[in-house]
Amino acid sequence: MRYLILCLMLLVAGPALAVQPDEILSDPALEARAREISKVLRCPVCQGETIDESNAPISRDLRLYLRERLVAGDTDDAALEAVVDRFGEYVLFEPPARGINWVLYLAGPVMALLALLIGWRFIRSREGAEAEGDALNPEERARLERLMRD
Amino acid sequence: MNAEIGHFALILAFAVAVFQMTVPMIGAAKGWAGWIESARPAALAQFGLIAISFVALTLSFVTSDFSVKLVYENSHTAKPLIYKISGVWGNHEGSMLLWVLILALFGAAAAVFDANLPPRLRARVLAVQGAIGVAFLAFILFTSNPFLRLESAPFDGRDLNPLLQDPGLAFHPPFLYLGYVGLSMAFSFAVAALIEGRVDAAWARWVRPWTLAAWVFLTIGIALGSWWAYYELGWGGFWFWDPVENASFMPWLLAGALLHSAIVVEKRELLKSWTILLAIMSFGFSLIGTFIVRSGIITSVHSFANDPERGVFILAILAFFVGGALTLYAARAGAMQAKGAFAPISREGALVLNNILLAVSAFVVFVGTVWPLVAEMLWDRKLSVGPPFFEKAFTPFMVALAIVLPLGAMLPWKRGRLEKVLPPLRGPLVFALAVATLVFAVSTGHSALAVIGAGLGSWLVGGAIVDLWLRTGKSGLSRLWRLPRADWGKAISHSGLGVTFIGVSLLMAWQVEDIRVAQVGQTFEVAGYEITLEAVEERPGANYDATIATMRVAKGGREVGVLHPEKRLYPVQATPTTEAAIQNGLFRDLYLVIGDPQAGGGWAVRSYVKPFASWIWLGAALMALGGLVSLSDRKYRIAAGARSPAPMVRPAE
Repeated sequence: MRYLILCLMLLVAGPALAVQPDEILSDPALEARAREISKVLRCPVCQGETIDESNAPISRDLRLYLRERLVAGDTDDAALEAVVDRFGEYVLFEPPARGINWVLYLAGPVMALLALLIGWRFIRSREGAEAEGDALNPEERARLERLMRD
Repeated sequence: MNAEIGHFALILAFAVAVFQMTVPMIGAAKGWAGWIESARPAALAQFGLIAISFVALTLSFVTSDFSVKLVYENSHTAKPLIYKISGVWGNHEGSMLLWVLILALFGAAAAVFDANLPPRLRARVLAVQGAIGVAFLAFILFTSNPFLRLESAPFDGRDLNPLLQDPGLAFHPPFLYLGYVGLSMAFSFAVAALIEGRVDAAWARWVRPWTLAAWVFLTIGIALGSWWAYYELGWGGFWFWDPVENASFMPWLLAGALLHSAIVVEKRELLKSWTILLAIMSFGFSLIGTFIVRSGIITSVHSFANDPERGVFILAILAFFVGGALTLYAARAGAMQAKGAFAPISREGALVLNNILLAVSAFVVFVGTVWPLVAEMLWDRKLSVGPPFFEKAFTPFMVALAIVLPLGAMLPWKRGRLEKVLPPLRGPLVFALAVATLVFAVSTGHSALAVIGAGLGSWLVGGAIVDLWLRTGKSGLSRLWRLPRADWGKAISHSGLGVTFIGVSLLMAWQVEDIRVAQVGQTFEVAGYEITLEAVEERPGANYDATIATMRVAKGGREVGVLHPEKRLYPVQATPTTEAAIQNGLFRDLYLVIGDPQAGGGWAVRSYVKPFASWIWLGAALMALGGLVSLSDRKYRIAAGARSPAPMVRPAE
């Protein structure tokens, strides 16, 4: 598994950790904001990890750029937008709920409603149904069940 | 010589599979006893031949026969023996061979064990199983032959990816395949039943153990993979919502739904056509998983072989089997009339809800996984769907599932009343609320995730215990041990789910992280633990060079332990790996990682305190254990013919 990590690691000259100590901002509040934003930013070459988890040099660029924007006084949204402008929509781990992406966001709830509706109709249809073709009455069935268990 | 024997055996297995696919199927249609009976020896022969082929490839790896291209590309003389063996399936060709080996193993098991299966049904099941074998053996022989030779044998191999040289990962793929491929049995049973045009309680009783076994293996396989990611990737993540992880997760969710709907078929002869559909879809999603991993169509950290030709081949297999089965389903499902009535508030009703929640959550995972592909194909947009989306879209279904599970598990069949089920559950409810309050009080950030997750987890565990207790009636403990194992299995699995809930939510909410440069000899504090970097030294390993740190951890002046995080460099592939040092505890894991030496002296060090981390895998282990206990229930042993003959389970012709 995770074969591509191999490629990523080959990109790095030597072993490296994800977030480096020298990247961390001295202001803990600002650093905490950077961490929070990083959760939705994807490493563009690893394709499965956030920039905080990734060892690739480009993730380091993203981390540094994000912190640069935050230090410059950007709000969270503005900083995120600046990163997306520079590195593309691809680095967003969560596509913005706009336009066609609504299909993605609504697929689950719509499917759930549909399934509940169909399930409910099935259950209602069963509620009235008599046990047609069922030769055994409930007590007999229960007895048979017990016999089969023993 | 080995490789040629292996190759030859594989071709023979292909021929046998073609026989197994056709002759018993025709025999079953015509009622020719000899042709029907030929399914069993064919299934055994196919398994034997593939086993020979697999052993031949393994021998090539163990003896480091670098004239075999696959061995040259994935092995090295200096590699420890266990990784020479696991290297057999640490690559595309070898893992496909393992895939068909397990497929044939299940077929052979069905030929040997299901003694009470009507011969015709068995012939059809084995024929469908044979057809799957034909497809995948052809895939191996024509696009992914593991036995290709090199013209001149190189002196040494290129080594296995060091990340794979790990005990957790050595056994992760075999278990996963046992799960994926195990679902092929449910599929074969479903198709055979559609051909026969009959689904009854006996059918469900045969199909359920196979599904249960496949689900148990999937649970173990997924848990091993997640555990490996936790300790190997160096920052302690355990689930990434990566396309390939999702590929194993979707069949797991659907197999979970199938397990429960098969109970309804078995007990009440309801939900028949839905159960058939689930069986087809569960295996369909296993094939989709295989397709995603092999085709490279969805970029993933797991990408195995990015080869479009192979992808197209698997897509064709997928289209043939799932498309064919669904066509058959469309033609025949109408004949499967449900019998019997039930009220909305009943076990049946609860299991319908269970199926809806599990199936829709699998659908959500599916949509999220393929969305980037759809967006790129239709609108030429490159976008990503990752953890933040899945956490939002998937979690509500699990929350709903956890809320209703203890209630549904205790409802009687046919008609139940919530007023009767609720009073005994008062205990678990109070317990869950107490846990939630405690977590709320302890949390500094008042994370909703921790409160809800821990509360629901406790509700599940408490509900499972009460359910088991009530089953003993008035006679108490002595009866507890005589309860059917299926009841035990149910309680163990359900509480395992609760334990995993608690682990995931508390770990995510309460984890403490510290990243810093530490000088040798320096002590620093993380979440109440005093950590001292005592020494860092270089030491050669079996086939790597290691940098090993010695770190002493104390709490309040009392020593907690000495940990040795490692950083390894595998020279053959010039690949570094991090070996985090983890001290597992029941309530917290200490997780230390050593990084690079810094320019100004000292080392980069990451330290984590991970509360309740081990509960995630403890819960998974309980789920798997519950499945195994349930599998050992007497009714299946009887159905399997291991003890006494049971004429009752034979369906009336």
